[in-house]
Parts: sequence; structure tokens; C-alpha cells
Amino acid sequence: MNAPTPRSSVTALPETLFAVPGIRCAGCISKLEHGLLQSPGIAAARVNFTAKRVVISHLPETRIPDLQRAIAALGFESQPLGEELANMNDNSSRELLKAVAVAGFAMMNIMLLSVSVWSGAEGGTKDLFHWLSALIALPTIAYSGRPFFRSAWGALKNRRTNMDVPISIGVVLATALSLFETFVGGAHAYFDGAVMLLFFLLTGRWLDSVMRDRARDGVIALLKHKAAGALVLAEGGSSNWVDADALKAGMVLLVATGERMAADGVILKGRTHFDLSLLTGESRPVSVSAGDMVHAGTLNIDAPVEVQITAAGAATVLADIARLMEDAGQSKSRYVRIADRAARYYAPAVHTLALLSFAGWMLAGAGWHQSLLIAVAVLIITCPCALGLAVPAAQIVTAGALMKKGILVKDGSALERLAEVDRALFDKTGTLTLGRPELGNLAVLPIADRPLALALSRASRHPLSQAIRRALEADGVVAAELHNIQEIAGQGIEALHHSERVCLQRPDMGAAGASLAAQFRRGDAPAIVLTFQDSLRTDAFAVLKELQTAGIENSIVSGDRAEAVKPVAAALGITAQTGMQPQDKLDTIARLTAAGHRVLMVGDGLNDGPALAAGHASLAPASASDAGQNAADAVFLGDGLAPVAIAIRAARKTQAIVRQNFALAVGYNVIAVPLAVMGLVTPLIAALAMSGSSIIVVANALRLKGAAQ
Amino acid sequence: MTGIAFLIPVALGLGLMGLAAFFWSLKSGQFDDLDGAALRILIDDENKIDD
Repeated sequence: MNAPTPRSSVTALPETLFAVPGIRCAGCISKLEHGLLQSPGIAAARVNFTAKRVVISHLPETRIPDLQRAIAALGFESQPLGEELANMNDNSSRELLKAVAVAGFAMMNIMLLSVSVWSGAEGGTKDLFHWLSALIALPTIAYSGRPFFRSAWGALKNRRTNMDVPISIGVVLATALSLFETFVGGAHAYFDGAVMLLFFLLTGRWLDSVMRDRARDGVIALLKHKAAGALVLAEGGSSNWVDADALKAGMVLLVATGERMAADGVILKGRTHFDLSLLTGESRPVSVSAGDMVHAGTLNIDAPVEVQITAAGAATVLADIARLMEDAGQSKSRYVRIADRAARYYAPAVHTLALLSFAGWMLAGAGWHQSLLIAVAVLIITCPCALGLAVPAAQIVTAGALMKKGILVKDGSALERLAEVDRALFDKTGTLTLGRPELGNLAVLPIADRPLALALSRASRHPLSQAIRRALEADGVVAAELHNIQEIAGQGIEALHHSERVCLQRPDMGAAGASLAAQFRRGDAPAIVLTFQDSLRTDAFAVLKELQTAGIENSIVSGDRAEAVKPVAAALGITAQTGMQPQDKLDTIARLTAAGHRVLMVGDGLNDGPALAAGHASLAPASASDAGQNAADAVFLGDGLAPVAIAIRAARKTQAIVRQNFALAVGYNVIAVPLAVMGLVTPLIAALAMSGSSIIVVANALRLKGAAQ
Repeated sequence: MTGIAFLIPVALGLGLMGLAAFFWSLKSGQFDDLDGAALRILIDDENKIDD
């Protein structure tokens, strides 16, 4: 038996979308779909493996945390996706695929008829076949040609020209002339050429769109820092979950350890440390207690606190950063893609050429009918069929190769811009460093105590416990058996080991000093203080060296204090600017751009968002804030920095192949255009030339399969 | 000639049927999760039989 995909339910139950990055195999699909059905309040669950999502239809009274708990009970981490993400269907890809299907169907049938004409059908049969071709071609061109006509019209309205202008003119003229030929019973009709042109170009367009969708789905599945809501304390001590957009000033939130703030607020009760690195770049957690301000997007790492909201939604500090980002992103949207830049020269040249051949043949006394026929043949032959495929084919092959390496490139223009950078700015916290605490002094922990510490740390989700667990597991320690494990919020974890009390707790006052610390205590023995720091990504030095040899100069722009940045800059041997606000980072990029540099920004925090949007190209690690991931051109997974070098190398290789493809396309024109101008091109030759050049260009692009090495 | 009059509509009709089938499958979401579809065949779905 195999399992059919469950259909969406007919009844109008509310549906909630979750990103579940941990779906990896068939077992996960069946576990989720069957397991979720067992939980109360869930009517249906549908897994989309490609996008790593689960859609759950549930009773209206089942809230998001309940659903998340149900998913967690099955052993998966999940993130609720907001309404706007849920509604973002890949409509444009689907429309393009339909257009490709129609064009493909029409192309094959017209080709069938055309082959009969070429192989010698005459008289009435030929006329009938031409009429049939027209019957198939006209609706097809009206339907499948829309993406090109629309874009060409849009460009012409703004007095610009792009690749779609010569395409549209060529297709429309060829169709009109062929229709006329069919009316008068002429020898040649170019319906096959026009439809084939549309088919190849649409394929290129569709590849481009698929690539964007795939990367976008990947990025959405990674969004993990969005606090989609919070637990609100009601009068009388009960608490309930409220979505982020329904939060209002004055509400009191209960913020648990390891949770991110969903709004700005003032602490009412409790003391804890907040990790502000996403907002400010500051790596050291800040101690806060009653009366202190905390901002949306920051992470509570110590103990639960009660927070009264002072600002929510668009009024938060986050919203200011979002505004900066919007302004900064405009320069990127003005970037003209390489295909359109080529079209600026190509389109006028082609049109002049067609016009000249028309005039030339008129002067030579050929009559307007034959002259027009030749002019149209020139237009069809020069139509940028291979050009339309040259760029997207190369880019999608590279994007696929990069995706296997854990680098999600958002679109083709990102690859083009990435290939052009000659200056790189790095954020420190979370970009050059891992952005999470790592155990710094494992050596102080006696070997005999390590199994106990591992068992304790496994029982907690506190970031420091997780760091201890990672360090011990990497060391090959096997966990000891413990009894009565209990976690005391804000204090630590304790348990019994053969009636001996062991615990992992917050350090006694003063013992820790300035750095982040925890202590391990066994029985009555003195406490062992473990300290943590944010360590460098292991390959950072090598990667920066490699960028340097590739002609890219590096430096650090950090929001952190000079003392914290100095050791990193020294270890990597590059210069650094410190204490920078988001606006300062923008100014740095503007200054470098004015000096003629193309700046690559690599960063992760919300404070990097505007800079990521402003940079000529930008990269963000998967651990970045969702604002950072949205602003970046590409997102990379993993604990290494190598993807930065890999992405740039692959982008440059792609650009080389794209240029080769352009050269091939031009070379093909150099051979074919004189034939067309001399009036030697029949529909048969046009069809052969067009498909031949397209296949060569695609085959050349396939060489990029190993580009991401 | 009569053969052509018969065969051409048949050829076009078959092609159109294929196109219509493709549009239908696209609309009913069969292309939404291609990787998932490849994996679903591996799931032994015994729960469903009891229903």
C-alpha cells in the first residue's frame, strides 16, 4: 500500500501552517500525518515534503501552542507561519508552467503539420495545413505570449527597452505575416517558428521562477526567530496565548526562558539576562530586572519574567529598522540584470538590421511582399531564443548545486551581483562567530564528572545547558544515569546519582565575573565554574584569506564594543569598526559604493538588516533573524563560513558561463543573420537554427553542475 | 485525403486530452510536493485499511 496525499478538507475548519524543518524521510511524513490525527482537536494534517511544511486543519478552539505541542510530542520542532506566508502560493510559477504546457502542445502539433509541408505537401493540402497551424497558433500566442507582451509594454511605457521588446515584436510580426501568407496561399508560414520561440523562452522564464520559489520555501522553513505570539497573563492568574499582531500596549506577558520577546516592554517581575545580539550585535547578555526596558526580538536566556507591553506591532524599535531596510533596498531593485543590459544594445541592433534588410531589398526592386518576408525572417532568426535561455539555464544549475551545499540563493540577479563584489563587510556576532555560547573551559571538569554533567545538560533546553551538551557529546562522553531530575526555573537542574546530589546551576554571586557562566556541583565538593564564550567559526580565517586572494578586501562592521571586537579582528588579521548603529553601517556601505566599490554585506542580526538590504550583494547565515534572512540575497546553513567563498566562486563561474553563452548566441547570429538578410532562410532553417542554438546553450550551462566546490 | 481528414482531428484531440489532463493535475495540487510524492510510496499505510 502506498499513502495518498491527504486532500484539503471540505469543511471550513481553520487551517494553520507550520514550518517543520526536521522532515527528512517517508517515516517523518507518516509519523506526522497519523500522529497528529491522534491529538484532540486536529481534523487533518497534510505534509508538504518539498517545502518542509505541515498544514493542520483543527477546531477553532485549538490554539497555536497546543498544535505546536502536538508536533513537538512527535519529536519535531516547528514554527507557525503567519497568514501572509501561508497565502504566498507559487502562483507565478504555476501560470508560467501552464503557458509552457500550452506552447509545448501547440509547438509539437504545428511542427507535425510543418514537417508535412516541408516534405512536399502542395496546393490544397499545404493551404489546409497552414490554416490548421494558424488555428492552433493564434490562441497559443495570445495565451502563452502574455508574460512577454505585458513586460514589453511595461518597459515601452517607461521609455525603456528590455529583452521582451524584440521578442514581442518578432512574435507579433511573424504571426501577422504568416496569417497574411495563409490568406493568400503563400509558400511559407512561420507559425512554427513563432510558437517554438515562445516555448523556449517560456522554459527559461519558468526555470527562473522555479529557482526563486525553491529558495524562498527554503528560507521560510528556516525562519525561527519570529515570535509569532506570546503568553498573556489575564486577571486572576490564568494565561492564554495571543498572536503577535493582537498584542496591545498594557498587556502583561509571561516570557519563559529561551523565548523571544514579541513586543517592546518593561519588566514587572523577575530578573534575568537578555541576549540582545540580534538587535544590537552586542555579544554579552545584559542583566535586566524590574523596571528595565526590553525590546522585541531579544531572547530571554535565564529565568522567566513578567513584562508589561509598552509598544507592539508597528510601534516597536523593530519597525524603525524595517523602515530603514525598505529605503535601503531600493538601490537593489534598480539593478539591471545582465540579460536586460544585453538587450539594450541587442534590441536596437536587431531592429535596425531588420529595417535595413527591408529597405535594401526594396531598393533592389524585390517588391514589398518579399522584402517584408525577409525582414521578418531576420527578426525571427535574431530573436534572442538562446539569449533568453542563456542566463536562467546557467543560474538554475548553479543554484541547484549551491543548494546541495546548503546555500539558498534567492534569485538569479543575486548570483549576478554576487559575482561583481570587490569589497566585503562582515558583522561579528553570529556571522564571524557562531552567535551562541560555547563552553570555553571544558578542561576544568574532571573526567569522572563529565557523564553526570552530560546527563544533566540533556534535561534542559537552556542555551548554556545546550552548549555543555554539545561540548561533551563532541568529546565522546557517555551520559550517566540519574534519578529525580528536576529543573528549577531560573536556578538550574538537579538530580540524584546513587543518592548523591548533583546539579548544574547559575553560579554563586561574584564567582562568574563578567563573562557568561554556570557551575557544576557534585555532593559537597566545591562548585566547578564553567565559562562560556561566543567562539569564531572554525574556518573563518581561511575563508577570509581566500576572499583576499580573490581580490576582495574584508573588514568588520560590528555593533559590539571595541573590547569585544578586538580579539576577533586580531585573530583574523582584518580591520574593524565598532559600536555601529544600523545607520552607521548604511553610511559605511554608501561611502564605499561612492568610492566605486561593490560591497558584499555578510551579517545576521536585525541591526544588519538595513545594511544587508543596501549592500550590492548580501549573505546571511541560517541562524540569522528573519529580517536578516529576508533582506539577504542568499542564506547559508552550517557552522562554517566557507559558504561565503563557495557562493562567490560559483557566482563568478556562472557569470563566465553566461558570457560564453552570450558569445555562442552571438556567434550563431553571425552565421545565421547573413543567410536571413540574403533571403535564404526558410521556416525549416529557422526551426533548426533556433532549437540547435538553444540546446547548445543549455548543454553549456549544465557544465556548472560542479560549480559549488 | 480522407485519411488525413480523419487522422488530424484524432491527433489534435489526443494532444488536447493530454493538455487538459496536465491542467487538471496541476490544479488539483499533484505538482505541489514532488519530492513528497516520491516518498509516500514507501509508507506502509495499514491504518487506513481498518477504517
